[in-house]
Amino acid sequence: MQPHEHLLIVGNGMAGHRLLEALLKHEHRPRRISVIGDERTPAYNRILLSGWLAGETTREALTLRDAGWYAEQGVELILGERVSEIDRGRQRVITDGGHELGYDRLVLATGSRPAMPDVPGIELSGVQGFRDLDDAKSLTRASQSGRRAVVVGGGLLGLEAAEGLRKRGMQVTLLQRGERLMNRQLDSTAAELLRRELRRRGLDIVTNARLASLEDDGHGHVRAVHLEDGRRFAADCVVIAAGIAPNAELGKQAWLASHHGVTVDAWLTTSDPTIHALGECCEFQGQTYGLVEPIWRQVEVLAAHLCGEPGDGYVERPSASKLKVSGISLYAFGPTEPESGHEVLTYHDPQHGDYRRLLLRDNRIIGAVLYGDTAFGPWYFEQSLTGRDLGACRQALLFGAGDAKPLLEEAA
Amino acid sequence: MRVSTTCPYCGVGCGVIATHDGQMLTGVEGDRDHPANFGRLCVKGSALAETLGHHGRLTRPRVDGVEVDWDTALSTVAERLRATQAAHGRESVAGYLSGQLLTEDYYVANKLFKGFLGTPHLDTNSRLCMASAVASYKRAFGADAVPCNYEDLEEAELVVLVGSNLAWNHPVLYQRLRSAKQRNPLLRVVVIDPRVTDTCEIADLYLGIRPGSDARLFNGLLAFMAERGRLDRVYLERHTQGIDDALTAAREDDCSIEAIAADCDVAPERLETFFYWFASQLHVVTLYSQGINQSSSGTDKCNAITNCHLAGGKLGLPGAGPFSITGQPNAMGGREVGGLANQLAAHMDYHTPGAIDRVTRFWTTDTLTPSLPDGPGHKAVELFDAIGRGEIRALWIMATNPGVSLPDVNRVRRILAACPLVIVSECMANADILQYADIVLPASSWSEKDGTVTNSERRISRQRGLLAPPGEARHDWWIISQVANRLGFAEAFAYTHPGEIFDEHARLTGFENESGNRLFDISGLVGLDRAAYDALKSIQWPVNALAPKGTARLFTDGRFATPDGRARLIAVRPRGPQQSLSAARPLRLNTGRVRDQWHTMTRTARSPRLMNHRSEPFIEVHPQDADDLHLQDQQLARLEGAGGDYLGRVRVSNAMRRGEVFVPMHWNDSFSGRARMGGLLAAHVDPLSGQPESKHGAVSLAPLMPGWEATLVLADGADCEPDWRDESAYWAYIPLAHCQRWQLAGGDAHRDWLDWANANLPGEPALWAEDVASGRLRAAGFIKGRLSWWLMVGSPAELPALHWLDERFAEAAAGEALPSDLRRRLLAGCAAGEADSGPTVCSCHQVGQKAIIEAIRAGDSSVEALGARLACGTQCGSCIPELKSLIEEETARAVTGEALESEAV
Repeated sequence: MQPHEHLLIVGNGMAGHRLLEALLKHEHRPRRISVIGDERTPAYNRILLSGWLAGETTREALTLRDAGWYAEQGVELILGERVSEIDRGRQRVITDGGHELGYDRLVLATGSRPAMPDVPGIELSGVQGFRDLDDAKSLTRASQSGRRAVVVGGGLLGLEAAEGLRKRGMQVTLLQRGERLMNRQLDSTAAELLRRELRRRGLDIVTNARLASLEDDGHGHVRAVHLEDGRRFAADCVVIAAGIAPNAELGKQAWLASHHGVTVDAWLTTSDPTIHALGECCEFQGQTYGLVEPIWRQVEVLAAHLCGEPGDGYVERPSASKLKVSGISLYAFGPTEPESGHEVLTYHDPQHGDYRRLLLRDNRIIGAVLYGDTAFGPWYFEQSLTGRDLGACRQALLFGAGDAKPLLEEAA
Repeated sequence: MRVSTTCPYCGVGCGVIATHDGQMLTGVEGDRDHPANFGRLCVKGSALAETLGHHGRLTRPRVDGVEVDWDTALSTVAERLRATQAAHGRESVAGYLSGQLLTEDYYVANKLFKGFLGTPHLDTNSRLCMASAVASYKRAFGADAVPCNYEDLEEAELVVLVGSNLAWNHPVLYQRLRSAKQRNPLLRVVVIDPRVTDTCEIADLYLGIRPGSDARLFNGLLAFMAERGRLDRVYLERHTQGIDDALTAAREDDCSIEAIAADCDVAPERLETFFYWFASQLHVVTLYSQGINQSSSGTDKCNAITNCHLAGGKLGLPGAGPFSITGQPNAMGGREVGGLANQLAAHMDYHTPGAIDRVTRFWTTDTLTPSLPDGPGHKAVELFDAIGRGEIRALWIMATNPGVSLPDVNRVRRILAACPLVIVSECMANADILQYADIVLPASSWSEKDGTVTNSERRISRQRGLLAPPGEARHDWWIISQVANRLGFAEAFAYTHPGEIFDEHARLTGFENESGNRLFDISGLVGLDRAAYDALKSIQWPVNALAPKGTARLFTDGRFATPDGRARLIAVRPRGPQQSLSAARPLRLNTGRVRDQWHTMTRTARSPRLMNHRSEPFIEVHPQDADDLHLQDQQLARLEGAGGDYLGRVRVSNAMRRGEVFVPMHWNDSFSGRARMGGLLAAHVDPLSGQPESKHGAVSLAPLMPGWEATLVLADGADCEPDWRDESAYWAYIPLAHCQRWQLAGGDAHRDWLDWANANLPGEPALWAEDVASGRLRAAGFIKGRLSWWLMVGSPAELPALHWLDERFAEAAAGEALPSDLRRRLLAGCAAGEADSGPTVCSCHQVGQKAIIEAIRAGDSSVEALGARLACGTQCGSCIPELKSLIEEETARAVTGEALESEAV
């Protein structure tokens, strides 16, 4: 792509915005950049939404850039409009507001939406996801009018929503389909510590909860949640946080190769060489995305590519999950359960709320679960990525990098 | 209050200034005015204040395991001694004393046993220390008289240290020698020792001889001197006898340098250098210690050394002489009163013409006549043999633990267990000798006791009583006198103060000694009143009319204490150790002290810093032997010897000769399960001195392969029985300042340690870290929020330094809860390996507040700058608000700081 060409970014979420910031720093940035976002506000930090819901951070803290900044940077910003069609032949997009914009290059950064379970009543009012400012606002309102909330999904997002609503004064029931919370990240010990702590705070946590239906209050608003085993939980609002679905429809309509998301290659290019996709809406080697870490790496690859720089393409790398729910820190990567050939190192301090578990194979870290004191999570992760033999510091491995490093140095 | 007194440890006898408040000792420092040390103190002496305190002391008499009052205890002692003698004869009772006793205690004990109980069987642990030196001095000089003094070490041209690790065992003397060498670069030091010890640091020449080849070496030296015309013919002619016989004996072996070097297993060049130096210098001091004495031919070895000094006239001069240095603070005082079984009193022996009669008359009172034995009693090893045969049926042990220090010690323990009456006078409640005692008498200790000691240079110094003994502990002289009273000897034991005893002792040394035949004469100190006794400045004997200010050096006129006034050269025929090596026991065992411990550790182990140096019983091995035996450094291993085994931790050391191992003498049942070195030794003794051959054991060595090793750290006063002693193959107890460490090893590899902790330790495991595959575990338990124990299963090589944990136990003892940041370090057992970076701000990159504030202060004024430096805020960005507020706070603070500074100007 020549730098003087026109780049159009569809989506002003975190991925799209980070791409924009990266491009603007670049010497050979595209001459003209336009951004279309369907939300009415400029890009904000979605990760802080739960803190805002919980009343711990201000709305201001979420702001990444205000509208004036875009103008200063010479970026054309169209907000509150959704692209409804891509005319690949003419290299133009059409918005639901009637705008038509041409492009030389198009980036789809349309993100994802909550995956809504297919149960009766899912369409009732008061049933919603927790993805954006509007969701957060409506939940804040719900917490002012209603008393009971049910959160469906015991993953990272569900826990944050539940904790936010609890802090807003609601009585919150959290429904988890599996046997334990955060079952994709935590082992049973850590999940149990988390459950105990959240229960202590007043969250009602129900595991092995299979959603059957949502009950109408007769006015099209949700009144209760029913489980397959017959249990019923009264609810003034229901948050669905049971996974996400890529917003890939726009690409699919334009006949871009897609599966769950819009299929991209290692340079984030779709089946149309003038169109790229990025973040939660894309799919790379069968993988879709929900955590920032790989997406930030996609941003770097795509920004370089769009500025005409050669570079190594995007490669899939393991990533670590972190969760911070009002003081509970978690850090995890790798398998949650030991497999054959794994050796298990554990650290327990239940009264103090600290737990660590490392999985080792041949003295190399394969996985980790850290609960409470997560300070050395990134170091463990780094050791895992480099596949370093930690035999020399195994005795001190559970106590952290500060204890392990001197032993490694001594052995070296 | 600052009071001058004398250190209770080695034979250097350093002056100590003790500061106390009437209740406890608050500090010690070296006495600048004391001629032994001029203000210096070694690590043990400096730690004296840390070893005091009433905890762990014996404070009540016990009879048959029951606490009783003193009257009952003393009467029972008297009754049972009397009954034993009535039934089995006078010689059926015996005493076993110690170089730890003060001269006054020793005197009263000797007078009671030999004089009034009429038994010759009173010996002392000094038998294990320098009996060979005593015997050799008597043979050569006619009296047990050390000719030299400490200044001689500084004035010599050549100092030969033989069988002495002076740096560790007499550290202050070593420091004096070291300073002298710095002042006088011409002063040469030769160290002769099978082990390369710390003493070698000042050696100009080191001879790492084959153990036991000392007599061959010095015989060779004598022959060399004769060969090279280096004999002092005039001196020999005028002042000695026996040079011809001595030379003849020396020449029975091949006297070529090569042959001697081969026999001693040293390089011929080095040997010749030593011979040349010795032969060509006049001012030579040969200082020797247990490495020479503890031998089945120790007396001959001492005489082989003395022969060379006499042959060269290197004696009676400043900076010259054969110098035996003793191990204990009052080994000399014990010799002076006659505390050895072959002595009578005041340097008079049974065979000294008229001595029995003279002492009898001296001790006779208006109504009492003593009943002195006719001849010498049993020396230490024989004494226990006699108990074993049932000839001796009552034994009173004072201030020593023969259950640790004697050879074939497991047999000694069986003998003690079978002895019908064992009385033990002791200070410490944990002394492992107490298990054999029928009657336990709590004795006063250093800082409480009042009396005199004599150091290795014949210097008599006062040890002063500063503090009251704890509970009902009493002074030894008082205890003995009270028993004597109850035996009907009150008139002869009516002492009210140690000064009275000293006076009697001093009178005896001068009694019918006008001719000065008895060299040991302190009649010049007779008649001191209480004040004069209390104020007594240290003084070297003889102190009499001729030498009222004492005597720095003996035999300056070439006149000796023999009947003809001539010294004797002794014909020495070298003999090897009697404990012979074999295929089953191929290693030569050497034993000795470590730098920071004293004897059975009842005192020194109370100071944690003294336990730091060597915390566990150990076995030093040459690297090649370790390889051959598949032993790793710090691994547990087992020695097997004639009378038992010994478990300790291997220290692979280049200081050892191949085929030889070294173990410390200190550990006993109070501190470890099976680490009594005495059990490894066969009970062979020198035929003249009766001193055991403790430096020449024969042992085998093999790795111990425990299924597990563990370290338990337990709060002091924890409410639990140390059952782990019984269930562990190996255990060592290591007191720390505020807690106790137990080092354990055992055979059961698959113990569930959390279960074990629940069952055996006070307080459930509150936190634990496990690595099952590698057998590692760490755990800690709390009681009511206070740290109660800390456990590590795994190699002790992985232990943190325990001072950090010790502080946590100190806090727990003070009732403080463990703060959360320290709790997170508890299992690691140390402060954070990396500088603590404060509370985490950026979770993604785990960047702490402290690091961020530092970066801001270093000039990072934006989130981007912080991100570029520390990566904080560059991932999820959720910490950016906190980063911003930190920047604001710090900027504001910087402004305020500047304002304040400008105002201050």
